[in-house]
Amino acid sequence: MEFLLASAIGILMAVGIYLLLERRMLPVIVGLSFISYAVNLFLLAMGRLAIDKPPIIRPGVTDYTDPLPQALVLTAIVIAFGMTALIVVLGLRAYLETGSDAADVERTDMVREFGAGAHRDSR
Amino acid sequence: MLTSAVVLVPVVGAIIPFLLRRSGHAACASGAAAVTLTALVILLSYAPAVWLGEPVGSRIDWVPQLGLSFSFFIDGLGLFFATLILGMGLLIILYARNYLDDSEPLGRFYAVLLVFQGAMLGITLSDNILVMLVFWELTSLSSFLLIGHWSHRPESRQGARMALIVTGGGGLALIGGMLILGNAAGSYEVSEIIKRGAEIRAHPHAPAALALILIGAFTKSAQFPFHFWLPNAMAAPTPVSAYLHSATMVKAGIFLLARLWPVFSPMEMWLAIVPAVGLVTMLIAALVALFKRDLKQLLAYSTVSHLGLIVMLLGLGTQAAAVAAMFHILNHALFKAALFMSAGIVDHEAGSRNLDRIAGLAHLMPITAALATVAALSMAGVPLLNGFVSKEMMLEQAFGTTYAGMPWLFGLIATLAACLSVGYSARLIYGTFMGETRHPESAHPHDPRLGMWLPVAILVVPVVAIGLLPSLAAPIVDMTARAVTGGALKRVQLYLWHGFTMALAASMIALVCGVLLVRFIHRLEALQVAVWRPNATRIFNETLGGIEAVARTFIDRLDSRSLPRYVAVSLIAVLALGSYAFLGGKHGSGDRALLAPELPAAVGWLVLLAASVVAILKSQDRLLLIIMTASVGFIVSLAFLQFSAPDLALTQISIEVVTTILMLLALNLMPKFGTDVKRTSRKVLNGAIAIASGAAVGGLAFAVMSRSYQSISEYHLAQSKPGGGGTNVVNVILVDFRAFDTLGEIMVLGIAGIAIYALLDSARRGRAGQRLEHVQPEKQSGSPHSLIVTVGTRLLLPLIITSGVFIFLRGHNEPGGGFIAGVLVGIAYIMQYVASGYSWSQERARIDPHLMIGAGITIAAASGLPSWIFGYPYLTSTFGYVPIPFIGPVEIASVIVFDIGVFLTVVGIVLISLANLARVEGKSADGVEGTGSPNGTPVPQSPRDPAPQEVC
Repeated sequence: MEFLLASAIGILMAVGIYLLLERRMLPVIVGLSFISYAVNLFLLAMGRLAIDKPPIIRPGVTDYTDPLPQALVLTAIVIAFGMTALIVVLGLRAYLETGSDAADVERTDMVREFGAGAHRDSR
Repeated sequence: MLTSAVVLVPVVGAIIPFLLRRSGHAACASGAAAVTLTALVILLSYAPAVWLGEPVGSRIDWVPQLGLSFSFFIDGLGLFFATLILGMGLLIILYARNYLDDSEPLGRFYAVLLVFQGAMLGITLSDNILVMLVFWELTSLSSFLLIGHWSHRPESRQGARMALIVTGGGGLALIGGMLILGNAAGSYEVSEIIKRGAEIRAHPHAPAALALILIGAFTKSAQFPFHFWLPNAMAAPTPVSAYLHSATMVKAGIFLLARLWPVFSPMEMWLAIVPAVGLVTMLIAALVALFKRDLKQLLAYSTVSHLGLIVMLLGLGTQAAAVAAMFHILNHALFKAALFMSAGIVDHEAGSRNLDRIAGLAHLMPITAALATVAALSMAGVPLLNGFVSKEMMLEQAFGTTYAGMPWLFGLIATLAACLSVGYSARLIYGTFMGETRHPESAHPHDPRLGMWLPVAILVVPVVAIGLLPSLAAPIVDMTARAVTGGALKRVQLYLWHGFTMALAASMIALVCGVLLVRFIHRLEALQVAVWRPNATRIFNETLGGIEAVARTFIDRLDSRSLPRYVAVSLIAVLALGSYAFLGGKHGSGDRALLAPELPAAVGWLVLLAASVVAILKSQDRLLLIIMTASVGFIVSLAFLQFSAPDLALTQISIEVVTTILMLLALNLMPKFGTDVKRTSRKVLNGAIAIASGAAVGGLAFAVMSRSYQSISEYHLAQSKPGGGGTNVVNVILVDFRAFDTLGEIMVLGIAGIAIYALLDSARRGRAGQRLEHVQPEKQSGSPHSLIVTVGTRLLLPLIITSGVFIFLRGHNEPGGGFIAGVLVGIAYIMQYVASGYSWSQERARIDPHLMIGAGITIAAASGLPSWIFGYPYLTSTFGYVPIPFIGPVEIASVIVFDIGVFLTVVGIVLISLANLARVEGKSADGVEGTGSPNGTPVPQSPRDPAPQEVC
């Protein structure tokens, strides 16, 4: 079981990083989602695996799984949603502004937009 | 009352003029004046004790381990400077009230002025040198804003930036010097440091400390070769010039030299550098001032010259010279501020302050002319005015100095500088007020209203009084000089008449020469034009340009502006470091008993693998990519369920729904296909990086899981029910044990929500908006909104909300809680937007997502406050059982309020991101089809446009 989970984490991480290395916006965003999955499972695994021992106190039961990683992962999932939403919107806006869904910035565009204006005074 | 109040009142009070900015100029200025007056009253309440030689102080330890304490002390030197700063501040506010136009951004101006004032007070009254450094930087920053007040003028921006670079750069050197000093002294308290002079001087790093501190002091006080920023800072409004550049900020460097005088003045290095720098500055600046035709430029260079004079006196290292220096600080502040204000009046009323365009104004503005003349004569060192007395003392000291084996050097150069000083003073009076009347056509020069000349008059009174009876100033100078020199000082006596001395002869020679200089000024000007001279401003700009060019070359070489390349480089670096550590370590196998694999888990693993492979191979098909992501998400939530984490499974599955809708909405406006043609070598490299990273993370996970450990969660499990009142330990951790973390997290969510709103709201305008209208969303079959889906989602709405409430309420004891309930309710509303369109839903929406985010964070943050009242730490919880008829006792925990805050924030972020995406979508759909309503009635676009400026 441990090996299954560890290899699943490895697969998710590898896919996430491969997609992150793409040059288009949506694959990069999806890549980040995959990495989030891998990280969340990894955090859960830090509490070790247990089956049918949810951390919900019941009379007479003394053996529970570690609740702390779960609390961390719960907020991490929600935060990851906030992050994904932000970069999706950022990517969409960048696409609408430039007409390209490339994750890079063309050098000439950068210089035209920022380079010229920022240093005008010092000349 | 604490001494720190003197400093804090202006800094905190800066908000008052800002709040009053809409109430008119008078209110704004009065607010600033009231704050200044309050600080002055508090300061003077300490004056009697300080006067008697008893410094007062207060101290709050901040980070004692670092020697950082919030401590202030007022001694003679501090009291002198602080009184000067606050007294001058009052006059400047009165003057600015009449000088500045009502249409200017006055709230900001007075607020920054007060911040500056507080920072100056901080420098002079801080006992801790680390705190003093913070205030030092604050004066640089606030002076940047004040010099650049008229930010539409290029010379203002240029001058402000130059001042910031020079004084800020000096500030960096000063930080280094002060840290070395504190280290050498073994204390960061000024009051301790000045007692340990011998110890510090013996320290091997003392010369380095002194060199760095001198750079800081010389840049701030505009000493050669850092003097050029001050004339460029004259682009500031005149009240700022009069305040910062004559009376206060430029004296900060001098204050520092005076403060550390007992420590460093016996050092050879000090005696060699400081007087020479002061003398050179005094001479060169006086020479430049003589040829300046702009009154403020003339005054700026003369200020640099006088600062040089004071620096030279401090550098001589004798007590008598230190006394003369303190006396001249007072005299210079009085006459120079008066002159700056007079120059401002001339500029304001005659339309120009350039001697080429104005002349002979005396009969048109007699009051101004009289006041300015008295002040300028004092600057020239004419007898019976205060400038004469201290200049005599300076000359006396100069003649008594032997530098580099030359007994006559200082006396000669000081006399020369004095002569030039007479020259530029005479030129100022003669050029402005005498001769044939001349002024710009459009102006009608006349004396200004009372409020503008009164501050000048108030300054001119002591100029004359001290000039006639120098002994009036003796107690102040005595108190200050005693603090500088460290007590062992003969009682200071100040006389008008020193007898027939070298100094008197030099004064007389200077007066005669100065008048001759003005007589032949035109010939001198011709000569001056012919002679080559270095232009410090140009050298500075060229140096800066050179640095910029070098930096840009480096950036162009290093910065590929390619995200994949950055990511690849970072990952390779991490992998290399990881491999290094891995190969160097020991690798035993784990001892923990492993769980047996089960068939459902293996099936899930296979599905995950299949989805991953499809995602990699078909990444150019975006729709498929999103579907694969969603499937992986569901497998992950099943994994959570399998491994005893029901809360996580619930959260993951509901978040998965929202994320998928979000990505689909975004995809609708973006290219659905497309990939880059990549070289095979690149693909192989990317694949290798990905596989190596995956193997590393997976291997690490396995290594950890196969080993036993000691968890800290025993406490949480044991205390969850008795301490937190809930049986769902995960939820209790979130809202109780670690509630402060959760509060931070929902704040992050709120910030993300506002950023999303800002990005999408403005996307409907400008270039993005134009492109939006041309985007063709996927053609839908028939009606844009299917009737079955529409009706179905409307029926589902109350059901989902009910289950959301249920999940929320049971969350403390069973899987559930604010996060999950928030996402669920968010989904319920989003379904309406998806099924019925943005316009229809928005019209009926009774909730505003901005309000929900704001209310959520506020409720969560406020729910922790009551525990303070009962004397417990922030966010301490309580719970109890409330008997309800027929149902029995029902448990109510105080953390439910906190969880409500979490719930509202989460609903808010889900709605704000998805609803705004739907709205942007609506714009592009409307652009094509012209409809937004399911039942065909035209709905106006964006019926309720939330005012963006209130949110962003």
